Amino acid sequence: MPDSITAPSRPRIATARRGPLEFLGAYIERHAQTFVASLGRMTRQPFATLMTIAVIGIALALPLCLDLLVDNVRAATGTWGGAVELSVYFKPDVKLAKAEQLASALRQRSGIASVDVIAADEALKEFREFSGFGPALDALTDNPLPHALVIRPSPDRVASPSHIDALRRYLQNWPEVDLVQVDTEWVERLQSILDVARRLLLLAAVLLGAGVIVIVGNTIRLDIENRRTEIEVTKLVGGSDAFVRRPFLYSGFWYGLGGSLLAWGLVTLGIHLLEAPVNRLAGLYGSSFKLVGLDPRMTAILLAAGAILGWLGSWLATARHLRAIEPTA
Amino acid sequence: MIHFEHVHKRYPNGREALSDVTLNVSDGEMVFLTGHSGAGKSTVLKLIALIDRPSRGRVIVNHQNISGVSRRRIPAFRRQIGVVFQDHKLLHDRPVFDNVALPLIISGMRRRELDKRVRAALDQVGLLGKENVAPLELSTGEQQRVGIARAVVSKPLVLIADEPTGNLDPELALEIMRVFRRLNDVGVTVMVATHDLHVVDHFGLRRIALDHGRVAENDDEAGYAG
Repeated sequence: MPDSITAPSRPRIATARRGPLEFLGAYIERHAQTFVASLGRMTRQPFATLMTIAVIGIALALPLCLDLLVDNVRAATGTWGGAVELSVYFKPDVKLAKAEQLASALRQRSGIASVDVIAADEALKEFREFSGFGPALDALTDNPLPHALVIRPSPDRVASPSHIDALRRYLQNWPEVDLVQVDTEWVERLQSILDVARRLLLLAAVLLGAGVIVIVGNTIRLDIENRRTEIEVTKLVGGSDAFVRRPFLYSGFWYGLGGSLLAWGLVTLGIHLLEAPVNRLAGLYGSSFKLVGLDPRMTAILLAAGAILGWLGSWLATARHLRAIEPTA
Repeated sequence: MIHFEHVHKRYPNGREALSDVTLNVSDGEMVFLTGHSGAGKSTVLKLIALIDRPSRGRVIVNHQNISGVSRRRIPAFRRQIGVVFQDHKLLHDRPVFDNVALPLIISGMRRRELDKRVRAALDQVGLLGKENVAPLELSTGEQQRVGIARAVVSKPLVLIADEPTGNLDPELALEIMRVFRRLNDVGVTVMVATHDLHVVDHFGLRRIALDHGRVAENDDEAGYAG
């Protein structure tokens, strides 16, 4: 063929003769390079970058704070477990010795913090003192009150109504027991309040997450406008849509990750500032309550969520705006 | 290598940029596309680089009918041809090396080989040693040569240039054209659009003259003259 004389054979495209390993190496190299380059570009406009990251950080910190509030309230009610008590009233013919024997058996059970025996005589004395019915009670020939037990569940079980209910049913089945009284109402109410708070938290997280997507999307849109020439030239020399889009996707990733790191910092700082006063307050109530901070799992979720939201925002912006830029040279 | 058959290009504003243009450039040939501004030179080059599509007629580049190239395939198509622009279209936020390396980075070449190729391309245009200089620190002629290095670094079979000497004095213009000539010597098909007849006469190569969107003169009478 005469063609082969005038046009010497050489690889038409640079990628023509490469093994799969070489291809993978080039692929990783290219991504790593863009990955770092997009970060470098952001540091060259520190003020604009920090503004964006600050907005994302605050948006992410809000649901995070709500989440910690819910966690802490739950933990706090755990340490106020003394407030939940079961009162067990024995049948009138049950002797005090039997009541004490049952009490010590109960103390062996798990999930129980303390068991106090209230003898009938003591109960009557107390009642006489505090009720103001003293003279009326004197008219009685014998003590109408039974022996009783006051049971406090252990703190870690107190927030669980099902556990307390199970305990109540267990006690009720004893032949010696006449009546078991539990005041679980406030625990249930607290649970409902926490449920509402958790639902609010979910709503806030969804809304603010959408906010992060919009913030990143808008930042990337401006970035695309600023780099119009570069995009045009890249497309002119054969850059595909994916190639042109890649640095913007990585920028979105960095914005999101930076924002979630800032949110982590803000929340950690907040916990640190609140720790001393909260401990003092808990001390005044005789509670050993400790403020719960961000655990590693929550931190990982936060960082991943930030990075994914940032990536998503920039994906949407590039899908919308990059296509519109075509070289017109 | 470049083949136009009864090509028309009408812009949305009604201007007919090309009317019934038929021309042919063989493999390994170098031709000048002449005519004053507005004659349709740039439109011919835009159709070759798929920056625009013809309204009617067939354009075949490197044995491919470009009307069959979908939007998604345009980048891969463009990587087969080198384009040199009158205004260089260099990126001023990065040094010469990065400008020239851009097509290779796009095609996914690894650093070691890329280094060699960029240096070779810069050597071809006489700018070896200027890798780390910012484009704006270079003279216009040097910037144009960076643009040429970028166009040839991926070793395209076709090189097209739109008024590459437009802003240069005659001496520099000849020097740039010699660069194209050398590339043509190693087998690249070259089409240079220019209105600089002085340069065209100096090289004595085939010329295709356009006038008001029509082929007015085509030395290649035996072949595909319109």
